[in-house]
Amino acid sequence: MSDDRTPGEGAPGGQSRYDQARYVRDGQYEPLLSEKDLTRVEIDDSPLPDDLTRDGLELPELSEPELARHYTRLSQMVYGIDSGPYPLGSCTMKYNPKFTEDVAALPTAAVHPDRSAASVQGTLEVLYRLQDSLGRIGGMDAVTLQPPAGAAGEFVGIRVAAAYHADNGEDHRDEVIVPESAHGTNFATAALGGYDVVSLPSDEDGRVDLEALEAALSENTAALMLTNPNTLGLFERDIAEIAGMVHDVGGLLYYDGANLNALLGRARPGDMGFDVMHYNVHKTFATPHGGGGPGAGPVGVTEELAPFLPSPRVREREGESGYELFDPEQSIGHVHGFQGNWLVLLKAFAYIARLGDEGLWDASAKAVLNANYLASQIDYEVPYGPFHHEFVASAGDQDAADVAKRMLDYGVHPPTTKWPEIVPEALMTEPTEVESKETLDQLAAAFRAVAGEDDDALESAPERTTARRIDQTSAARNPRLSWQALEDSE
Amino acid sequence: MHGSHATGSPYAPHTDDDTTAMLEAIGVESVDDLFDIPEEVRFDDEFGIDARSERETRELVRSILGRNDDLTELLGRGHYGYYVPSLVDHLADRSEFLTSYTQYQPEVSQGFLQALFEYQSLLVELTGLEIANCSMYDAATALGEAATLADRARETSGHRVLVPDLLLKGRRSTLENYVAGTDLAVETYLTDDATADLEGLAELVDDEVAMIYAENPTVRGAIEERLSEIGDLATDASALFVLGTDPVALSLLQRPADVGADVVVGDASVLGLPTSYGMGLGLFATDERFLRQVPGRLVGISEDATDRRAYTLTLQTREQHIRRERATSNICTNQAWVALRTAMHAAVLGPSGMVDLAKRGVTRAEGLTERIDEIDGVTAPVHDRRHFREFVARVDRPARAVAEDLEDRGFAVHVVGEHELQCCVAGVDDAALDSFVDALAEVAR
Repeated sequence: MSDDRTPGEGAPGGQSRYDQARYVRDGQYEPLLSEKDLTRVEIDDSPLPDDLTRDGLELPELSEPELARHYTRLSQMVYGIDSGPYPLGSCTMKYNPKFTEDVAALPTAAVHPDRSAASVQGTLEVLYRLQDSLGRIGGMDAVTLQPPAGAAGEFVGIRVAAAYHADNGEDHRDEVIVPESAHGTNFATAALGGYDVVSLPSDEDGRVDLEALEAALSENTAALMLTNPNTLGLFERDIAEIAGMVHDVGGLLYYDGANLNALLGRARPGDMGFDVMHYNVHKTFATPHGGGGPGAGPVGVTEELAPFLPSPRVREREGESGYELFDPEQSIGHVHGFQGNWLVLLKAFAYIARLGDEGLWDASAKAVLNANYLASQIDYEVPYGPFHHEFVASAGDQDAADVAKRMLDYGVHPPTTKWPEIVPEALMTEPTEVESKETLDQLAAAFRAVAGEDDDALESAPERTTARRIDQTSAARNPRLSWQALEDSE
Repeated sequence: MHGSHATGSPYAPHTDDDTTAMLEAIGVESVDDLFDIPEEVRFDDEFGIDARSERETRELVRSILGRNDDLTELLGRGHYGYYVPSLVDHLADRSEFLTSYTQYQPEVSQGFLQALFEYQSLLVELTGLEIANCSMYDAATALGEAATLADRARETSGHRVLVPDLLLKGRRSTLENYVAGTDLAVETYLTDDATADLEGLAELVDDEVAMIYAENPTVRGAIEERLSEIGDLATDASALFVLGTDPVALSLLQRPADVGADVVVGDASVLGLPTSYGMGLGLFATDERFLRQVPGRLVGISEDATDRRAYTLTLQTREQHIRRERATSNICTNQAWVALRTAMHAAVLGPSGMVDLAKRGVTRAEGLTERIDEIDGVTAPVHDRRHFREFVARVDRPARAVAEDLEDRGFAVHVVGEHELQCCVAGVDDAALDSFVDALAEVAR
């Protein structure tokens, strides 16, 4: 096989090996692996007949030191929560303690999902105890840990609601109501579940408009998907009345857990009348988001809905110590091939065990304190209020996307922009509890500096980042999605 | 509890003076005044979860996980435990990677975007298809997304989705949940000796078929030898041919593009993750025709204001945060960090290492099959097929009892029938295989 290697053949630009000078000259930051080397390996001496195998495989063939430098360079071009504040509204970016990584790296954590229950009692105990803790925190009777992300948890909620209604002979319920300020996933999830989405406007206080809700509710309502506090950072004070209205028409109330950080130990979805909720353990419980995942989206439900939860779940063995898996009697089945994102769940378990009641209670206190303090320190208009964990400022005459790019020049990550659309040029800001007053003052200074700048400064930003302003339009107009496509186009 | 509140979140950095100054700036007396929660729904109780020091917490978890038995796993069936090089742990754990979020601000996310672009490129080379997204949750959810893509993209009124009878329960069930909101219906075609019964499948195919799904290797480790014919059946019916596989298998087995696959799904975490109780990385690659129908995130190349190459998330108008109920998928948080690990692992192996690993999947499975076939009371393989990584063996004693006896001796195998065990060689070293053969010889009679 190795005789047939042809190093460098096919590498874009024709160079056989990483040409540092060329990349520096051309102003590129770190070449693609394919630009350092592409080696084609022919498939011969195969234990299989030719017609069952491919002809060859062409990929970079680099040494470990070369790879160590490649990925170290790439990591240096990434902003994480360890790099600085990351106040992305509704994304809840908290500092992630380091010890949870050590816990997840324990050799005893690496087990195959098809092991016998008797041989993985430790794993099952972690899952059982996490289910139990989440149930207490959310005020829910039963919890499944299987959904691998928040949106996957939403999907479980919608499927469980559908199964519940079907069980009651109410298949005609074909509408899910979603407030216009809700996360985009809510709309997409309801549609994925086959429901018609009924959009619900907000009232002038930024909360659910009870009259509009009354009009939207009907015998066709399967569920209302709500987050509380909502994406404007406002607590839905009429939640008890809302729950009553939804239940009166036979619908279910779904809690989107994206904003649970604001409520830890202060209020519980179960006590507010929610029938089903998801938890974003990678948000509320500080498990790393890893550049966009993995997360985990456990789902909690009331007793009436527990029989419909995904299979399998974990419970204590009857009559003897230890834990076992079981299938809920009217389960919707699986929503993941195995048991979800175990390593993320393990980190969440460790985090919750570290904080305990006092730590969780203090987390919501400081998160809410930080949001309100930062809101009081910036020049942009902040409509509505009072706020919980996040607030939505308006950039006014400035373009919120430009404001965000300019904030990068001040060394901080900007907030979520242009959403929710209720606030013009929205800057949706969530500092979380992990930022100190000093950091918040730095963030506020960046907000104030940018607020005072003219369009020229904003439009040419960012100037001090790895890459300058990136042309999103050309990326979409001329999609180049692999190094193979790049080769074709250059 | 809340009154004294001597301890708090160890990760909230506020001093008492800070808190006082901040409350003053806001204009309230206490933090409690900031909570706008009506009395009737206020929570004034305890969860009953004890706080611990970091050291105590580590000890707690170490002690609970210590209850897991230390077994040599000859387990596969969709989740594999190949050795992951140390470089992967050390570099993927760099905190900039680990503690970042979705790359909504590409100017400060170039490194992660480039790594994901390289991951997409790896899958394009492996599958021969033009487009790969930068992750779904796992093989089962990727299969579900393939079906919803078939639903959106279908050119006929067909609503039947055909899957093999051997399909893993978790995958089949996940697929059924994903298509519940469509008019697609999942139906089964039979397998013959662990691969598709082509003649039976051909009889099932008509204009009402929207998608045919096959796997290579199959769940029993058999190599599917007539993939092109399945592809032709799908093409003739204007149905999508969706192929399930993984990067190690793809390093050696037929290229999906060469057998007519329209979509490739599977679990890419076969590289990059140790056995993680089923945590995965959904692979999703497809043909350029479906560019605007692809679920999930895509990283593309663009230029920055100084005309230098730059990476960015692209074609986001397909996504839920823009398109809401008309999005191609509800996925938001994905498995980006696992994709990074998989790309790193593949890079460490290089093309020669990938091909070697795949070849060993064939030769070592064959070697183990021959050795245990010589044991009295064991016949292997059950299926008269070529095998990749795993195979089914027949045992004279009840399989359950044999598996339990093996577990007592430190080995875990699958029980797949009353007298059938499945064994997988991925991630098991040669010395452990020797011990396994000895142990099986002891318990097989």
